[in-house]
Amino acid sequence: MSTGELVIEGLRAGIPGREILRGVTLTVRSGEVHAVMGPNGSGKSTLAHVLMGRPGYEVLDGSVTLDGIDLLSLPTWQRARAGLFLAMQHPVEVPGVTLIESLTAARPGVPAEEIGATDAGIGERLHEEARRIGFDERFLDRPLNVDLSGGERKRNETLQMGVLRPRFAVLDEIDSGLDVDALGAVGRRVEEATAEWGLGVLAITHFRRLLDVLHPDVVHVLSEGRVVATGGSQLAEIVDRTGYAAYV
Amino acid sequence: MTRASLRERPAVLSNFTPESAAALSGPAWLQQRRCAAADAFWSSPLPSEKDEVWRYSRIDQLDLDRFRPAGSVSVTAPDDPGPSPSERIHTLVSSLGARAGLVVTINGVLATVASSVPDHLATLGRATERADAETFVGSVGSDPRDFWLLNDAFAIDPVLVDVQPGAVVEDPIVIVHMITGVGGTAIFPRTVIRTGTGSSVGVIEIVIDVDTGLLADLPSDGVRAPNRPLEHLVVPATELQLAEEAALDYVSVQSLGAETWQLAHQASFIGANATLRSFAVALGGKYARLRTDSALAGEGGTSMLRAAYIGRDEQMLDFRTLQDHLAPRTTSDLLFTGAVADRSHSVYSGLIRVRRGAVRSDAMQTNHNLVLGEGAHADSVPNLDIEENDVKCSHGSTVGPVDEDQRYYLESRGIEPERAEQLIVSGFFESIADQVPIAGTRSLIGRALVDRVGVHGE
Repeated sequence: MSTGELVIEGLRAGIPGREILRGVTLTVRSGEVHAVMGPNGSGKSTLAHVLMGRPGYEVLDGSVTLDGIDLLSLPTWQRARAGLFLAMQHPVEVPGVTLIESLTAARPGVPAEEIGATDAGIGERLHEEARRIGFDERFLDRPLNVDLSGGERKRNETLQMGVLRPRFAVLDEIDSGLDVDALGAVGRRVEEATAEWGLGVLAITHFRRLLDVLHPDVVHVLSEGRVVATGGSQLAEIVDRTGYAAYV
Repeated sequence: MTRASLRERPAVLSNFTPESAAALSGPAWLQQRRCAAADAFWSSPLPSEKDEVWRYSRIDQLDLDRFRPAGSVSVTAPDDPGPSPSERIHTLVSSLGARAGLVVTINGVLATVASSVPDHLATLGRATERADAETFVGSVGSDPRDFWLLNDAFAIDPVLVDVQPGAVVEDPIVIVHMITGVGGTAIFPRTVIRTGTGSSVGVIEIVIDVDTGLLADLPSDGVRAPNRPLEHLVVPATELQLAEEAALDYVSVQSLGAETWQLAHQASFIGANATLRSFAVALGGKYARLRTDSALAGEGGTSMLRAAYIGRDEQMLDFRTLQDHLAPRTTSDLLFTGAVADRSHSVYSGLIRVRRGAVRSDAMQTNHNLVLGEGAHADSVPNLDIEENDVKCSHGSTVGPVDEDQRYYLESRGIEPERAEQLIVSGFFESIADQVPIAGTRSLIGRALVDRVGVHGE
């Protein structure tokens, strides 16, 4: 069980010529689930991509550390190796590249069986993760996300998270495209991960329904690039009832 | 013999004269045609980069005097400590799976013919053994004729695949043109594929320099790869004649040495309701050009033209295409996809022409290029020439680096940038190889493409 923290402090960032995050500060500890809610344009997805280092965004000020490691100074792939995972809102198709290929390349030092690879191809680890979230096992052979529906892609992201076992996972609207059953399975898997290896979660969402299955410890409301309210899960209920108007 | 006053270069084509063409053995009609073709080549100006069809090419650097046409006498390969060329070809051909027949030429001279198909379905072999060969060798052509003429003049043993009307040949027929021997040889493979009304067949045609190891399945030990590759001039011409309702799957692979010049033509004539599915793979060559001409001459005909190519080092791969819609309700669908690495250069220039009367035709032309090296370069020039109103045409091209979103996605999982790019590029070509019409060739082609691109940056 890992212990540690993902600390975001005074983070200001955006795209060239436009500041989107205007000073975000929050700390996620291992095993905790934090939700970030907010209206469209509040900077939720920008936060996810700035944490992961997507090209095209620039950091103006502030810091992000994972167990003391300065993430912002690292390229994307090293942030991932340091233990950060981003479940993307729109996972892209990568023709011809299989799940096994990408997972083995992602963790070159890790024994193959730990990431569900065998000489014959797909090993038990992957099958087990697929079963846990109801990811159709026929899709395990598919090139990444190719011909997968939006919901299947989200399950695929969750599956990869389960195999790679990151220290902290940012889930960027993992609920979009998922039906109620799928949402339940994905939410359950993430929640179990917090207990299994102490995964810390930062779940970005528009809607409360994800939080009904994820049971966040802390809810943050993001508006115009700032955290304007922080509270327990009851904050999500309030937002759900009254909307974001009070925070904008 | 006439000598053109407009010749732009004072080259003395001493090795490609009508006299040397006439010296090749063959039936009288062929000898006459060789002379006439050599004469026609000799009397027209040499192609020049000033001509639109040769723009972006390296044709001005081609010095024909450095080459002499291969003779009719078969060559013996120089001493080679490794597997003999025939063993290596056997390995290559075996990797393609079941086949209905095999034809091998060595430097343009027929060496092997083997067929398991009864003659009433299909015959293959030396075209000139057929009494009526004159009527069909050269019936499909290409314009401008330039190097096609040189092939007419110096092709030694035109190969014929003749599929009878109604015949369905289940397994593909394999044709291998081996290039070997001393440098400075000019080789002119010629293939005629005739498919009768309502017939169906697959043909794989491989032009390979056996002194290189470009194709993945060739054993690499004993290959004389460390030696400097030999310079050859290879001018293949392939005619595809599809009668009404015929279906032809045609896969061609070019695996030439790094110093070789290739000037290839593939010309097809598509009869009514016939369907050609062709896929060309370009791997080797110093300057390797392929002209693909498809004449949709019969109503309802379809031509699907695909190509995959990977440029390395200083290589130039050059593709010129013509989708020529002559009849109503014809369909052409072209997709050429490639990558350029190192300091290599690719050219795609294509024309969709819809002639008056070719109503309700549907033409597509797409060219995608991945640019993988700072010094690499791709030119892409799609063109339309539409003389009819009631048609559907589209064309498009892209030239650029690996998709940034794909790269970010893989990097976000912890994959190093170089490895991510490698995975994306090899995956891209594997997925292209999956579309090759003859299933048995997919793994060979996939691996050859991935191997070709895989050494990138190492």
